[in-house]
Amino acid sequence: MPIIPILDVRNLTKIYGDGCHLCLRSTGPEYETNVCRHCGSIVACSDVSFELYPGEILGIVGESGSGKSTVLKLLHFDLDVTSGEMYIQKPEARIQNLDLNGKNLFLLSAYQKRQIKNFFMGIVYQNPHLGLRMDVSAGGNIAERLIMANWRNIAMIRDRASGLLEKTEIPVERMDEPPRNFSGGMQQRVQIAKALSNDPLLLFLDEVTTGLDVSVQARVLDLIRKLQRELQLSMIVVSHDLGVIRLLCQRTVVMRYGRIVEKGLTDQILEDPQHPYTQILVSSQL
Amino acid sequence: MKLKEWMNTTGDRGQDIEVRQKHNDYNFAFIDEGTKREIRRKILKAVAIPGYQVPFGSRELPIARGWGTGGIQITLSIIGPDDILKVIDQGCDGSVNAVNIKRFVTAVTGVKTTTDTKEATIIQTRHRIPEERMTEEQILVLQVPYPEALRTVEPSEMETRRMHGEADYSRMWLYLYEEIVKFKEISIGARYPVMVNGRYIMDPSPIPRWDIPKLNMAETLYLFGAGREKRIYAVPPYTKVEPLEFEDFKFRVEDFKGAVCARCGSADTFLDEIIDDATGTRIYLCSDTGYCDKVIESKGREFKTEADQCQ
Repeated sequence: MPIIPILDVRNLTKIYGDGCHLCLRSTGPEYETNVCRHCGSIVACSDVSFELYPGEILGIVGESGSGKSTVLKLLHFDLDVTSGEMYIQKPEARIQNLDLNGKNLFLLSAYQKRQIKNFFMGIVYQNPHLGLRMDVSAGGNIAERLIMANWRNIAMIRDRASGLLEKTEIPVERMDEPPRNFSGGMQQRVQIAKALSNDPLLLFLDEVTTGLDVSVQARVLDLIRKLQRELQLSMIVVSHDLGVIRLLCQRTVVMRYGRIVEKGLTDQILEDPQHPYTQILVSSQL
Repeated sequence: MKLKEWMNTTGDRGQDIEVRQKHNDYNFAFIDEGTKREIRRKILKAVAIPGYQVPFGSRELPIARGWGTGGIQITLSIIGPDDILKVIDQGCDGSVNAVNIKRFVTAVTGVKTTTDTKEATIIQTRHRIPEERMTEEQILVLQVPYPEALRTVEPSEMETRRMHGEADYSRMWLYLYEEIVKFKEISIGARYPVMVNGRYIMDPSPIPRWDIPKLNMAETLYLFGAGREKRIYAVPPYTKVEPLEFEDFKFRVEDFKGAVCARCGSADTFLDEIIDDATGTRIYLCSDTGYCDKVIESKGREFKTEADQCQ
């Protein structure tokens, strides 16, 4: 029996600017640009297609500006797509009156997108300021996600929040302190706890270890691996750090100028890169 | 006689509209018919979508915005010659704001006024809902300073409209969660946010928590007018209105710990705390003066005029 992908993404395209009919034909790795020379629009990503299988960690690598974070933000509905399709295979009916089978998620209403986000997805941003409310307590940050998923019992919310903070190695005594008071690594771990609070099926990680010192990086990566093993999450990990990709991901997608230039098993891509850009990327690794 | 002079006369005001209009040269109920129709249309929309804030073209009045002009415009738009008007401010019939509005409306309509909640057909109020149960035949018009309940958590109007549109209310709930974590209870006194008809979070205007339960499944039509912010919204009769509460932190009304009204002896009303300047003693009085008077009357006791005991 073939394995059904949990997430199926097809022809994802995002163009900033007015766009013209020549945009897609005049940008990309062959032209070494993602700015359309006819109309000046920026093609942040185009024709990005991939599947994510249950329990899998998929990596997206590429240099800065290659469109990898854009892809993640499109998947999390933070940005509106220019065109493209996304399908989700849901193993359980978490949302009432919403049948997602065979429906392109990008065409749903803003309210339905929010529900999908609240019930199925979690995201960890590179900058904790994007994912956390710095003035609200750490527990409150987690509570917000739970409230979105219709939790209305303070004791249960606090129970769950302290459990998650424990799991992400934040001292529970500091639960009612705002993340503003925390170190960078701790903020990142609060973000992970927040992203996990609604038992997501999909977890998106955007450069989670960038800017953290090496020992903290190692602990965050350990945590992610542990959580993935325990909770059987499907994840998409965006990073420019091949070390992170090698450690976490089974399959990897390489992006450049908004396009996918190569995809395959992580081992294969790192040991035997086919595309010239991937070869440079791998060989320039220290 | 000019309107201003007329309003200052204390003699018999007469209830004959034609005579009245001849005297003050204004259209019945001051604002023009086109504007009244617009406001009535907006009221209908507000009634059709309980709790939804309908924008309206708030007009200039001989009273500054922020002094009850939203409520006045609603009152003037729905009032007819046979209506009986009661105006209260913080429960009091005799406070300056209430008296002025009452005088203005009678000056331009000639309607009868009353202090009796049961007798009135339209009651305009600021910050209170009368103690006595109102009926289907009556309308309560509330003056609203801040119509947007989400303003506490979000300063941008565009963003709050989106939040209402998508029923994205987690931040309001988060605010309540943080209150509970910090203070072990929700510290909101007046303006306690409510969920109307299971859809919109609404600002009930700065009524005390005491009055919130009166909104739920009420027989009366509640109309809310914010003149400065140019919004009208409504709670139609028999509509579910629930204060936001957690399963283990329930909403509760004010507790007066057994205090009774020093005038009428009521123990089941919303009380104002008064400290006597001379003696420094602390007494409690009913905030709803019309009700207080009624209780005293029924007990046959002597009492001062309504204006004397207003705070």
